Amino acid sequence: MTNKSTSTNRTQLMNVLWDIQKKRRYISGDDITKIAKEFNMSRMELEGVVSFYHFFHRSDVGKYTVYLNNSIISRLNNYKEVKEAFQNEVGVKFGNVTGDKLFGLFKTSCIGLSDQETAALINYRPFTNLTPIRVKEIITQLKNGASIDEICDTPKDNIHYTPKESKTVFFKKYTPFTSLKKLAEFSPDEIIELVKKSKLSGRGGAFFPTGLKWQLCKQNKSDQKYIICNADEGEPGTFKDRVLMNKLPGLLLEGMIMAGYAVGATKGIVYLRAEYFYLKEKLERTIEDFNVKGWLGKNIDAKIPFDFEIDIHMGAGAYVCGEETALINSMEGKRGEPSTKEFFPVEKGFLGKPTTVNNVETLCAVPRILEMGLEKYLKIGTEATPGTKLLSVSGDCKKPGIYEIEWGMKLKDFLILIEAENPHFILFNGFAGECLSSADFDREISGENLLAEHIQFELNDPIQYARKMSAVGLRSGGSFMVFNKDRDLIQILKNISDFFVAESCGVCVPCRTGNFLLNKKIYKIMLCHADANDLVEINEWSNIIKQSSRCGLGKTSTNCLLTAMLKFPEEFNKYLLAESDFNHSFDINKATEEYNTIINEIESTYG
Amino acid sequence: MDNPVNIIIDGKNYQVEQGRNLVEAAKENGIYIPTLCHFHNQKHALGTCRICTVNVNGKFTTACSTKAYEGMQIEINTPELTNTRKALIEMLYAEGNHFCPSCEKSGNCDLQNLGYDMGISISRFPHVFGDKLVDFNPKRLMMESNRCILCQRCVEEIKTKDGKNVFSFAHRGVKTVVKIDYEQEEKLTEAEAIRAMNTCPVGAILVKGMVQELPFGDRKYDLRGNNKTVKIRRKVNTSKDRKFIVATTSLAGCFGCHMSLLDIDTDIIDLIEIVEFNKSPLTDIKNFSKQCDIGLIEGGCANSENIHVLKEFRKKCDILIGFGECAIMGGIPAMRNFVPLKECLEEAYIHGVTSEIGANTIPNHEDIPKLLNNVYPCNEIVKIDYFIPGCPPNANHIWKAVKNILMGEEFSIAHEEFKYD
Repeated sequence: MTNKSTSTNRTQLMNVLWDIQKKRRYISGDDITKIAKEFNMSRMELEGVVSFYHFFHRSDVGKYTVYLNNSIISRLNNYKEVKEAFQNEVGVKFGNVTGDKLFGLFKTSCIGLSDQETAALINYRPFTNLTPIRVKEIITQLKNGASIDEICDTPKDNIHYTPKESKTVFFKKYTPFTSLKKLAEFSPDEIIELVKKSKLSGRGGAFFPTGLKWQLCKQNKSDQKYIICNADEGEPGTFKDRVLMNKLPGLLLEGMIMAGYAVGATKGIVYLRAEYFYLKEKLERTIEDFNVKGWLGKNIDAKIPFDFEIDIHMGAGAYVCGEETALINSMEGKRGEPSTKEFFPVEKGFLGKPTTVNNVETLCAVPRILEMGLEKYLKIGTEATPGTKLLSVSGDCKKPGIYEIEWGMKLKDFLILIEAENPHFILFNGFAGECLSSADFDREISGENLLAEHIQFELNDPIQYARKMSAVGLRSGGSFMVFNKDRDLIQILKNISDFFVAESCGVCVPCRTGNFLLNKKIYKIMLCHADANDLVEINEWSNIIKQSSRCGLGKTSTNCLLTAMLKFPEEFNKYLLAESDFNHSFDINKATEEYNTIINEIESTYG
Repeated sequence: MDNPVNIIIDGKNYQVEQGRNLVEAAKENGIYIPTLCHFHNQKHALGTCRICTVNVNGKFTTACSTKAYEGMQIEINTPELTNTRKALIEMLYAEGNHFCPSCEKSGNCDLQNLGYDMGISISRFPHVFGDKLVDFNPKRLMMESNRCILCQRCVEEIKTKDGKNVFSFAHRGVKTVVKIDYEQEEKLTEAEAIRAMNTCPVGAILVKGMVQELPFGDRKYDLRGNNKTVKIRRKVNTSKDRKFIVATTSLAGCFGCHMSLLDIDTDIIDLIEIVEFNKSPLTDIKNFSKQCDIGLIEGGCANSENIHVLKEFRKKCDILIGFGECAIMGGIPAMRNFVPLKECLEEAYIHGVTSEIGANTIPNHEDIPKLLNNVYPCNEIVKIDYFIPGCPPNANHIWKAVKNILMGEEFSIAHEEFKYD
């Protein structure tokens, strides 16, 4: 273990790496030597940190670095055409940099713009609704020296629905300091009591009771405590935190200040995912504004005056860093590997101090609860989950975007609301969530009548499942991806599997290798080489990964696959070899296509 | 024991010290929980290998990272958990490239011990065939990544005097590796280097030039082999009054397997008593004249005619057997899959030394089969019921398989019949 003085220093490591990456477009061997010396670590340890994050590179990534989103929603749109357009315009394939080091083309996982796909980041600036024509335009403009800041897009908020004014929690009129000034009436304990009574729970998707978390953090005596806002919104299909931070940055800060007041922390840090670099300036301006107005800093007005400051810490491209212990490791300048949970962050978190990690939406809810009063808040939503929930909708529907819905809405009503087109399957709660079918359409979106997870995954008969689950509520961290009948489920599952192979941190064998092997199996199904026995093995291997993985990433990585196999056996069966003596994926015309072109080419070259 | 607490392991009551690590607590009571990354007196549980996965109060977790408290209920040896732990060891074998017979640590290796202990003779998982390096560059140590199980012991335990890491994880996901920092490694003393080697539960970290004192393990599985019983999946319609009908063909192959077919010498006279050949190079019958019981396929598919013939065989034969490596995985002809088709054709007909100068054409005509973009194994085109490996397979082996399938009898294949070295 590194000692305390050096590890404090280490927290600056990511910033230093980002400075070099942005300035020189890569981190050279000399840089590694220099930084390693500066931070008193071995070169190889630093290499380990650098190679963990996919936005850090060891060779030049070009003056203009394109990161094209390759997740499933992007693929439903014109990903293929856009990808080819980039390759044609720039002249190199993805994964490469042009000879003149002007352009580098890379693929990346979901960048939180699922409502305006196909999207890409160029030098960390967003470009949305891409088409081949637009790509051509962008590349020409860049070649002619246009500045990225001028030609990039401003992502739309696309807030399509909020309940009526009195029942809306988030997206209504916001006047800064309205709720902050109410701190004059509340002591820290009273705030915690209020949050507990509001039944607010972790909106990133884990739904741990927020009040309890704050109380546990408060109970741990320490000279220093931290509030971390988890803005590493990496779950594919989720973009609600992006919209919250873009539209209501002040609300988030107020939430963090309240959390700090409640648990006795004097320092807050926003861990912002690198994909949201373009939101950083806005957040910084808001923090500055709060500092000037005295809402942040020393001796903040409250029933018991307190100190609180907020900083921003940038991530560098690792989905697993959304897991709170991995996030803390990342902030400490280490590889973003989740811990063994020997201690929870509220006991020993950032730099070994009690730390509260909360999602953006959770933190934003607190000032609103204070503002509208507990009584009024509890009238919204359901018994177990009062209030509203933000859902990020994407896929086959007319109105992709953000929906603030009252907890308790039926899934089928929600599908009408988003104008879903022939919904066939839904990825609920992202790639780590579950696959829903029409059997689930009568269920409500809430935290009512929940079953323990292992009971749910023990159900292996579709009819039994429908009966048992009909009254069980559905909770999502925010991702809602809907697909129609024409979409191929196996292709989608392959994309999900690719994602987990790319994003597994590699520390434990079931997640690291198990997901890799499952990926091969799904590919085998896609090639029509699988038989019924392969499905049995997929089921068995998925459960092994689920049981034995170290963190939530591994434990949930096979959820979609398992639920899809239960609910859509026909989608798998149509690919199975045993159904037929002939492999239908083999197409003789396609297999001889190359030969035909070559013969034509050669005849024209030599003939 | 300062603070005794009551815990239940697999239905039995035990008293252990509060806060005691569960692996140790179980051990003190004579219960064994397998471990790999766990070692004595470590400050923090590593929790990387997951071998000690147990069930505590209905939740799966690792014993090494769990502390004992009053009333906890633990399941250790249920069939499900035993299977999970075995699967994890098998997964480690599939992930690395473990060749125990040539490993310096064989007989003194925790992974190998667990493999024997759990009765693993084969991994249920296909091999990953990861690209792993052997690093000889360090001064004292060498790092054999093929054997590394990424337990993180060396990363956490081995530091220089000024607290720097000698070993570090690099990259992520399935590409994660442990790397040595050369500069820091040079600072290690001889004793520290030996400690690094002993910290490694497998044979990944070795001190150069050191002879192992412990003897190699007793490798009983190497000697015996594992006889495998073949299950009959498709049965032939057996009626005594007719001969079985067999067809054979060679697609993209060298006819070597057909040569091997004939190697049964005089046994062929017995064979012909029960078998009649239809379409086959042996009879020179070009077209199927009736439905056959068994079709033997040599070679993979390189051109459109191969595809046509193969599909014809699928239709006309009740059972298809792929024999020889080319039919099973493309074999030698599939080596062209790594070269663009255009280059292959140009080399053969235009630039090659044997091509006629100035010919400049590639033979093509509507009657000539078209080459496929790749050479495919037969099972990628049609369903193949049985595979007989070998290059070529042994004649007795082929006929034994055919005979038993025709008779609908299960049979076992001796280990020696598959040994081609």
